[in-house]
Amino acid sequence: MDILKVENLTKKYGNFTAVAGISFSVQKGEIFGFLGPNGAGKTTTINMLTGLAKVTEGSAYLAGIDCVKETKRAQGLMGIVADESNLYPEMNGWENLNFCGALYGLEKNERKERAWELLELVGLKEVAHKPFGAYSRGMKRRLTIAAGIIHNPEVLFLDEPTTGIDVKSAREIRKMLLDLNKRGTTIFLTTHYIEEAERLCDRIAFIVDGKIVKIDSTRGLLEEAQRGQTVQFTLGNGSLKPCEILRGAFPGYRCQVIDAKTIRVHSGKAIDLIPIVDVFKDNSLALYEAKVIRPTLEEIFVQITGIEAKKIKTGGDKK
Amino acid sequence: MKAWIAFKNIFLKDMRNYYLKPPNISWGIIFPFAWTLMFFLRSQSTVDIRGILPGVMAMSILFGTTSMLAVTITFERRSRSFERLLLAPIDLNILMLAKTSGAVLFGIINAFVPVVFALFLVDLAGINWLVVLGSVFFIAVTSTFLGLLIAVTVSEVFEAQTFSNFFRFPMVFLCGLFIPIRNLPAILRPLSYAIPLTYGADILKTAINGEGHLMVGLSFFILIIFSLVFFTISTRNIKEKWIH
Ligand SMILES: Nc1ncnc2c1ncn2[C@@H]1O[C@H](COP(=O)(O)OP(=O)(O)OP(=O)(O)O)[C@@H](O)[C@H]1O
Ligand SMILES: [Mg+2]
Repeated sequence: MDILKVENLTKKYGNFTAVAGISFSVQKGEIFGFLGPNGAGKTTTINMLTGLAKVTEGSAYLAGIDCVKETKRAQGLMGIVADESNLYPEMNGWENLNFCGALYGLEKNERKERAWELLELVGLKEVAHKPFGAYSRGMKRRLTIAAGIIHNPEVLFLDEPTTGIDVKSAREIRKMLLDLNKRGTTIFLTTHYIEEAERLCDRIAFIVDGKIVKIDSTRGLLEEAQRGQTVQFTLGNGSLKPCEILRGAFPGYRCQVIDAKTIRVHSGKAIDLIPIVDVFKDNSLALYEAKVIRPTLEEIFVQITGIEAKKIKTGGDKK
Repeated sequence: MKAWIAFKNIFLKDMRNYYLKPPNISWGIIFPFAWTLMFFLRSQSTVDIRGILPGVMAMSILFGTTSMLAVTITFERRSRSFERLLLAPIDLNILMLAKTSGAVLFGIINAFVPVVFALFLVDLAGINWLVVLGSVFFIAVTSTFLGLLIAVTVSEVFEAQTFSNFFRFPMVFLCGLFIPIRNLPAILRPLSYAIPLTYGADILKTAINGEGHLMVGLSFFILIIFSLVFFTISTRNIKEKWIH
């Protein structure tokens, strides 16, 4: 069942189109990921869905409620975790959760119970009475997530939940999100970490320059890529250009230069290595290693978006 | 019901976190005290405490409320916690009323600090306290909403401070509390009638000393209009500016 249905959602800032008519839907119970580089339009999309940004064009329905026209009603069903911690620094962990519960109209007893339950869940019970401002980044993020689910929302929106957090905390947060999802929370998250999307999401949309360029289940994406084959060759440091030679000899293969000594050959079918080795031999190229690469989501992302994987991680060429 | 729970908790949180902090409380006490002292020194004789009471009360409210909201809102905007209000499933008008109610109450309390002082010093018989309370309430509301308007128009705390002073000092000068409006240069007089404090101060003068010039009912009506206008522009600004 579609819990969130988005059609032709568009955001323009003056002449600049930040989100260009995207359509997708999120099913109840899944983790849906928006994967894209900096400036792709991930935050803008979340802001439009949650009522923090005006929608230029298009529609979004959450559990049948119009997010554009009935924003306040729809907001009652949303849990929202922004890309920066945005709780009250002068209040302690417990007070923050209690207050956030009140903003969703929870009764006092319900709030109290829920706040303690969540502090336990996110492992912050011991620091419940310390001010939020004194928390570490990882703790802050965990409490912010707890605040996002205090009212048991239908869908939890998370904007880059692990950005700017150390590896250990990030792992804890991912585990927490998987647990939450197992208990039935539908999750919509954005990320620019490919591994994160691969590990967490049931389905992924690749978003680049405000457009969704690919949308599929994580398994489907991996299967598609694994239908073909990629072989990586490590060669001697010759003056010749191995990729050019290979392209000449095997027009059906795609060849990619990784570094001065390493190349990758991709094909939609299984690759026969003997003829390739022969070509290297004919050109007096030393071959030190040949290994089959299991395509990861990273390769797929690079293939589809044409964006170098390094750029996604370090911030593209926008900022 | 849900709206009421949100309202109550926003009010209580702001009271605890901002208004009832020691610096604010001491400010609320020292400020009227300093004003009274200043008048005492100026007049070089036994001061007519009852005569200056409306002025001191109005000043206490004005200075206690306008910058309050300007600071708390810009502060919450910067820590991004203000977003939580925009994302809450509660009507923005109710949220902003909750956000301002703490400052209004703080202003009202501030106004009665000098009254408590005066009680020990002079006879306060014959004052229409209901009218006093009404005007104190509306001075607090209009000053708070003016602070809100400033807060939603600027983006930095220091700008908010500067702007509220930019409005407050001319208001004190123009409202007729210390310089009677008829003694002001003719070109400034219309300005006097364009600020809400003039009407609130006039009601206070009428209720406390029978010295006001305007009809009390009309003044209340004008104060209500000011409140509505300030509040409506503020919430509209929030929707326009902060929901991009
Ligand atoms: N208020 C605004 N006014 C003008 N342009 C904006 C505004 N907000 C965002 N943009 C632009 O819209 C584009 C998308 O921004 P957005 O923040 O949605 O990207 P993102 O995918 O969340 O990136 P990041 O990974 O950096 O968070 C960017 O080019 C950004 O500069
Ligand atoms: Mg973003």
